Amino acid sequence: MPDEMTEIVMAQTPPILHGPSEKERKYDRQLRLWAASGQAALESANLLLVNSGSGVVGVETLKNLVLPGIGRFTIYDEKLVDEADLGVNFFLDQGSLGKPRSRCLTEMLLELNPEVEGDWYPKQEVQWSRQTPELDGSRAYTPMLQDTSLESLLESSPVFTSVLYTHPVRSEYIPLFEAYSRLHKTPLVAIHSAGFYSSFQLTLPGAFAIVDTHPDETATTDLRVLSPWPELVEFARAMTRDIDKLDDHEHGHLPYLVLLLHFLDQWRDSHGNQYPSTYKEKTEFRNLVQSGARTDNAEGGEENFDEAAAAVLKALVPPSLPSGLREVFEYEPKDLAEKSSGFWIIASAIKNYYAENGSLPLPGSLPDMKAKSGVYIQLQNIYKKKAREDVTDILRRVQATPGGEHVDSAEVELFCKNAAHVKLINATNGDAGANFTKVDRLKRVVDQELANDEFAEESLMPLSLVPIYLVLQATAHVVSASAQEIVAEVAKIVPHAEQNERIVKAAQEVARAEGGELHNIAALTGGMVAQEMIKIITKQYIPIDNTCIFDGISSRCQVLRL
Amino acid sequence: MAAGTVYPASEPTRWKYLDRIRTRPGPYTDESTFDGSVVAETMEKMSILVIGAGGLGCEILKNLALSGFKNIHVIDMDTIDISNLNRQFLFRQSDVGKSKAEVAAKFVMNRVKGVTITPHNCKIQDKDEDFYMQFQIVVCGLDSIEARRWINATLVNMVDEEMEDSLKPLIDGGTEGFKGQARVIYPTMTSCIECQLDMHAPRAAVPLCTLASIPRQPEHCIEWAHVIAWDQEKPFPQLDKDDPEHITWLYQKALLRAQEFNISGVTYSLTQGVVKNIIPAIAATNSVIAAACCNEAFKIASGCAPSLGWPENNYMMYSGNDSIYTYTFKHERKEDCPVCGNLARELIVDPEWTLGELVESFATRPEAQLKKPSIRAEKKTLYMQSPASLEEQTRPNLEKKLVGELGLGEGDEIGVTDPAFATVSFKFRLKFQKA
Ligand SMILES: [Zn+2]
Repeated sequence: MPDEMTEIVMAQTPPILHGPSEKERKYDRQLRLWAASGQAALESANLLLVNSGSGVVGVETLKNLVLPGIGRFTIYDEKLVDEADLGVNFFLDQGSLGKPRSRCLTEMLLELNPEVEGDWYPKQEVQWSRQTPELDGSRAYTPMLQDTSLESLLESSPVFTSVLYTHPVRSEYIPLFEAYSRLHKTPLVAIHSAGFYSSFQLTLPGAFAIVDTHPDETATTDLRVLSPWPELVEFARAMTRDIDKLDDHEHGHLPYLVLLLHFLDQWRDSHGNQYPSTYKEKTEFRNLVQSGARTDNAEGGEENFDEAAAAVLKALVPPSLPSGLREVFEYEPKDLAEKSSGFWIIASAIKNYYAENGSLPLPGSLPDMKAKSGVYIQLQNIYKKKAREDVTDILRRVQATPGGEHVDSAEVELFCKNAAHVKLINATNGDAGANFTKVDRLKRVVDQELANDEFAEESLMPLSLVPIYLVLQATAHVVSASAQEIVAEVAKIVPHAEQNERIVKAAQEVARAEGGELHNIAALTGGMVAQEMIKIITKQYIPIDNTCIFDGISSRCQVLRL
Repeated sequence: MAAGTVYPASEPTRWKYLDRIRTRPGPYTDESTFDGSVVAETMEKMSILVIGAGGLGCEILKNLALSGFKNIHVIDMDTIDISNLNRQFLFRQSDVGKSKAEVAAKFVMNRVKGVTITPHNCKIQDKDEDFYMQFQIVVCGLDSIEARRWINATLVNMVDEEMEDSLKPLIDGGTEGFKGQARVIYPTMTSCIECQLDMHAPRAAVPLCTLASIPRQPEHCIEWAHVIAWDQEKPFPQLDKDDPEHITWLYQKALLRAQEFNISGVTYSLTQGVVKNIIPAIAATNSVIAAACCNEAFKIASGCAPSLGWPENNYMMYSGNDSIYTYTFKHERKEDCPVCGNLARELIVDPEWTLGELVESFATRPEAQLKKPSIRAEKKTLYMQSPASLEEQTRPNLEKKLVGELGLGEGDEIGVTDPAFATVSFKFRLKFQKA
C-alpha cells in the first residue's frame, strides 16, 4: 500500500533539508544579529526623512536602512540638485542637476534593494482652487499646480513609524514634528553634521522597554549554586556520593557545576551551614575545590577541577536585583494603554514572583563544561525543566491579570529568559514637569560637564564634547554663521561662553564649514543613526539615551542625556 | 578668527564644501606645517591603495572618492556572493559571480566624475614591494587577520630610513556585528598590527577528544562532521565551503550525530556559520568604521586637522550594542614585537615539551597565532614545513624533547617563519616554566 511505503522510505532517509531561501541568503549576515523577528519588524517600518542643508547625513542613514530591507521610506527635501551636491553626496550624479533632490535621492536609493518602497516630496500636485467670481457671480473650480507642503504630507500619509530630520531645518517645522510625535507616538531623530562635527538626538514618545538586549554571553550565566532546587541537589549528590572511589576517567569528567555543589555541601558541614561569603572565604573555598583534583593521574591534573576553581568567584554571588530590572519594577505605567501592554503585565508578574521567591525566573541555559555527553544533557534538562516551570508560574500570574489573557506565551518566555538584562530607556521623560524645561536640563548638564572638565587631567577622563553640541545647536536653523555669532548664541545658555576656550574653538571649527558637510563625517554619523534606528525598530540591543555627539578631530563620541 | 582664504581645486563649485575645510586652517590645525594653497593639488597627485572591496571596501572607495583623492587603487581576489548584497552597496543581483574589485571600481568611477580607480583582481601576496611603494597611504578593510598581518609585515619591512617616501601610513578597519575598530599605524614608528595581535585573540579551539567522544553542544557535532567525518568519508574530493551541497552534507552528518547524543540546535545556518566562521555584518557598522578610517586618511593627506596615529592616540574602539561607546587611546609599541621590534620576545615553554608540542602551541598562542611554523635555533634547523625533502629530514625532531634531546636551554633564541609571512622571521627567547 502506497501510504505504508512512503512511511518506510521516510524513516530511512536522513531529515529533509530546507535550505535557506534566496532572501535568507541575501540577509544571512544580519539575520545572525536580529533573527527573523527583527527582520519582520524592519520590513514593516515606514520612515520619513526631512532633508535639509547639504543633505548627506540623512541619505547615508537611509542607505544603511534600505540595504537591510526597511519596508518603506519617504524623503521630503525642498532643494533642487546643484553642482555642490555632486561633490559631497554619493546618491546623485550629473543627470540629477536641476531636478528635485528628493526625487533623485529616492530613485538612487531604491536601486540598492528591490524589496524596499520609497517616495519623495514635495511633488507638484494638482490642487483645485476656487477662482474669483465670474461676471455672473458663479465660481468655478480650476486646477492649479502646487507643491505639497510638509504639513499636508504629514496629514495625508499612512502613519510614519519614525521621523528623521536633518539640520539646518526650518525652525517652523519643529512644532509640526513634535505634534506629530505626540499624536502618533512616533520616535523623532534630529541629526546635524557640519564639518568635522556631528550630533544627533533621539526623542522617544515615552518609556521604551527592551527585553531582547543581547547581553554578552558571559554575563548571562546563572547557575544558582547558592540556591539549588531539590532535583539539582539530588543529581549532584548522586554523582559525588562515592567521589573518592570513582575511577580517574569518571572523576575527571564530573561537571564543574556538580563539583561546586559537592564542595559547597562539604564547606557548609564545617562552617555552621553557612556559604562562603567574604572574599577570603571564597578564596579558601577555591583552594578546597582545587585540592580535590587528582594529580597522580596520566594528565597530571584535572581540567574539570580547573574549571570549577575558575568559576568560584562568579558563581558564588548571592542573587541581587539588576539595576535595569529595578528601574522596570519601580516604574509606574503612565496610562491605560501602557498599563495593558504585554511588557508591563509580564513585568508586574515577575515583580510579584521576585517578591515571593527572592529570585528571578531561571533563564535555563547552561554554559559548556567538561563532562560526558549524557551527563551534560541530563544536567541541561534539569535547568531547562526548572526554567519551563518558572515560565508556567509567570504565565499563570499574567493570565490572572486583567488583559493578561491576550499576552503571548512566547513573549512571557522571552522575558523570563532575559529578565536580568531587561532595560528601560527614557523612563523619566514625563517627569520633567512644567517648570523644568528642556533648556533647564541642558543648562544643568552643561554646568556639570564643564565642571568635570576642570578635573579631567587628574581623573584621566576625556574632555566633554558638550561644547560641540552647543555650537551645533547654535546653528541648528541657520545655514552659515561666523564664529562670533555662534559664540554669542551659545552665551544664551552658557554665560561668558566667549571666555571658554573649547567653546570658542568649536565655534571656529563650525564656522570653517559654513554649514557644509564632510562626506566622511556624514557617512559615519549616518552609520550611527542607522544602528539606533535598527535598535528602536527591532526592539533589540539598547539605544542611546538620548544624544550622541561625535568629534571627527579626536575621533571619539560621547552620549549624554539632554 | 575670521575664516581664511579658500583655495579651490579644479572644480570650485563642485568641491565647495570640501575646499572650505581642507584649504583653510581651523583652530586645531598645526599651522607650522599646513599650507592651504597646495592641499587640493597635493591630494590630487596622491596615490592611495584600498585593500578589500567588501563591506568596508565599498564604503572606503565611495568615501575617498568624495574626499578629494583622484588616484585610487583597489585590490581584492573575491567574487560577489548573494550574501554580500545586504551591505556591499556597489553590487547588484546581476553582479553575483563577478570580480568585486572590478565592479566596485567601475561603479564609483561612473558615479564620481574625475576619479580614477584601478582594480586588481588578485591576492595581496601576488604583488611585490615595487607595487606597494607607489602609494602614499594604504587603507585596509579586510575580514582576515592573516591578510592584515601580511600587509603590516610587508609595510614594516619596506621602511628605509634613507627614504622618507618608504614609510606608508596604514589605516585599518574591522567590524563584527554592531562593533568595530579603526586604527592608524606608522610602520616602525608606532604600534603595529602585530604589536596589537593579542587584542584579537582567536577563539579557543574545542579539544579533539570532545569532538571525538563527548560532544555536548551543536557546534561540537558540526566540528566533528567538518574535521573528522569529512576526512573519513571524503564525499567530495575537496571541501568547498561555498558549495551548498557540501554544507548540506556536513549539516546532515552533524544532525545525525546530534540526534545520537540527544543534542538539540544543529541547523543549516549554524553549520554554515561554524564551518565558514561567519562574522555577522551590517551596512550601518561598516559605514561608521570605513568613514572613521577615511576621515583619518583625509586628515593625514590634507593636514587640515590633527589625525590619529602620531604622537598620541592611534586606536578607536567602537561599540553599538549597548548605547554607543567609543574608546580612543594610544596602543604602545612593543619593543619585543616580532615584526617591528628589536628584541626577541619571551616565550613561555613547558620543559617537558617535545618540539612537536611547541610547533602545535604556536597556532593558539594569542601573541603568535602561527599555523605552519618552521623553527630554527641559533645554530641549527629544528623543523621546516617545506620543501618536502627538508620536512622529511627534520620530522624526526618533532618527537624529541626540547631540553636534553634537542639541547635547548633557558634564554636561547629561536627564529620562527611561517608561509603566511614570507618575509618575516619571528624572534623568541625561551623561558622554561612548568605548566
Ligand atoms: Zn609591532
